[in-house]
Amino acid sequence: MGAEVSLRTTGGPEHHAPVRRSWADPAFAGLARACGIAVLILISGIIAVMLFGGRQAFSTFGLGFLTSSVWNPVLHHYGALAPMFGTIVTSFIGLVIAVPLAFGVAFCLTEMAPGWLSGPLGTAVELLAAVPSIIFGMWGFFVIVPIMAQHIQPALIHSLGRVPFLHPFFSGAPFGTGLLTGGLILAVMVTPFIAAVMRDVFNSMPPVLKESAYGLGSTRWDVMRRVVLPWSRTAVIGGIMLGLGRALGETMAITFVIGNTNRISASLFSPGNTIASLIALEFPESEAGSLKLSSLLALGFVLMVISFITLACSRALLRRGRLVR
Amino acid sequence: MIGLAFTATAAQAVDITGAGSTFAAPIYGAWGAVAKSSIGVALNYQALGSGAGQNQVIARTVDFGASDAPLTAAKLQTNLLIQFPTVMGGVVPIVNLPGIAPNQLHLTGEVVAELFSGAISTWNDPKIAALNPGVKLPDTAVAPVHRADGSGTTFVFTSYLAKVSPDWKSKIGAASSIAWPSGAGAKGNDGVAATVRNTEGGLGYVEYAYADKNHLTTVELKDKAGAFVAPNLDSFTKAAAAADWASAQNFAVDLLDTPGEGAWPIVSATFVLLPTNPKDPARSAEVIKFFDWAFTNGAATARKLQYVPLPAEVQTNVRHAWTNVAGAPDMSR
Repeated sequence: MGAEVSLRTTGGPEHHAPVRRSWADPAFAGLARACGIAVLILISGIIAVMLFGGRQAFSTFGLGFLTSSVWNPVLHHYGALAPMFGTIVTSFIGLVIAVPLAFGVAFCLTEMAPGWLSGPLGTAVELLAAVPSIIFGMWGFFVIVPIMAQHIQPALIHSLGRVPFLHPFFSGAPFGTGLLTGGLILAVMVTPFIAAVMRDVFNSMPPVLKESAYGLGSTRWDVMRRVVLPWSRTAVIGGIMLGLGRALGETMAITFVIGNTNRISASLFSPGNTIASLIALEFPESEAGSLKLSSLLALGFVLMVISFITLACSRALLRRGRLVR
Repeated sequence: MIGLAFTATAAQAVDITGAGSTFAAPIYGAWGAVAKSSIGVALNYQALGSGAGQNQVIARTVDFGASDAPLTAAKLQTNLLIQFPTVMGGVVPIVNLPGIAPNQLHLTGEVVAELFSGAISTWNDPKIAALNPGVKLPDTAVAPVHRADGSGTTFVFTSYLAKVSPDWKSKIGAASSIAWPSGAGAKGNDGVAATVRNTEGGLGYVEYAYADKNHLTTVELKDKAGAFVAPNLDSFTKAAAAADWASAQNFAVDLLDTPGEGAWPIVSATFVLLPTNPKDPARSAEVIKFFDWAFTNGAATARKLQYVPLPAEVQTNVRHAWTNVAGAPDMSR
């Protein structure tokens, strides 16, 4: 799950309770420290395993691993560009849809919904976050994909696909699976996460700011655009980044609807692949010690790097947002 | 993601663990259910895919591995394994063309290869029309669907395409996962079937038992003799009968496009890999006991699930091969 736990040691005032057992306190401190160190060891261990396992791929292909879009198990030529492209495009489409949706949900919850509605609505959003990704995948495959294949994609191909400039983005066989469907599923999955962060930010806003604006005769739209958003901008971006981090690593739901093809194409309907999905699908058929297995581990390393970059950005933004307040 | 072989503890039965081929999973499951009560061997089989089955038995984490693709003699030797076939089964193309009934469409291996490579892009292509006089073919675009997960079924299917189409062999090749030139991927037999069902003009390939159970629209293929053959247990049996077992090293027999009259061209055996130096000889002996029982008593079950049992003389040779396993009971009668 993409839930974040921030562990910050606070330098609280030291207060001296009567000490009954002199060993308890140091023991507890040691235990807590050990837990913290264990997490560090775990994460560096995972990175080390990925790097070590992927060394064969990195040494064979060098930088070409990141710039080649060929994934050919027969000729043992592996490149990461196509799954990287698919990962980033589906996450981007997902965010483009999820951010306005999440903003609407959060604003409605904090500003507009009457008391009797905001409770159930908030619970529903949280429940959406708790749905296992395999369920989203199956729902996508059995419900969304047929609708896309039989109605939405043919309609788009016959309308937007005929516009000269837009043609490349809306062409190809209407499989129903593909980058657009993957992005849609991701949007539904990350909306609750982004909405939850936004709701908390909006709730933590000093009411006096909003009340002043309303007092001056602002409409809801004005308040949102000129007061709420500027005040919470960085924290909101941080929340969006959290959603992005989750979208990047999503495996099971995407596997069902992405089309699982290692090709790069401009069309939103073309089947693609994401890093996580490719690893999940190819892992069982990769022989121990083979270049393919090494390439999959190297892909895992690439995905971790991408996730780390987004997480680091979101942490930095969230921290800045806190300082502003 | 890495499948672990769990050993369930059953007091009354001896547990053996196996992992690998999804192609053979239904029959091993069916055999295992009966064997537990009749000979007291409980089989715990994990259908992880052929490649995983090879890895697990090489790492000795399971008692036996199951793979649709036979291992090379060199690989068997380095890893101290024997391999033997258990059953044979067919792989069939499926289509989604409104107005086309099951087994109505006639195709050849070369045409199937061109459909999957994207060389033929619409269903009313002259090449298809020439094979199907009198059939009204739609002008729908061809939407090829392949297995996205590495699979023994893909290995069998692409090996066939490589065998009948020199172009496919030189440009694309055969493996458990390949770089598909066109179309979309889907996970598992069920994923391929569902995607083909959703997509007008869809074309895919699945194990026959799956197509049979779900009433998918299969096609007739041209056999080596030049006649069009429908996929069914009868045409698989004919393909198996024409196999040249005598010259096959380590039973790695080629059942693709066999010369038999009325033989379905895409048939494959599925193999079991067994260590010759087992960690626990008693468990390996149980594995041998299990498959010996299956050969003797499991043929009807296999046919019911649309698999072809091994010919009697091949079974005799397999029983002889088991004597290479350390501590194995002698099953040759």
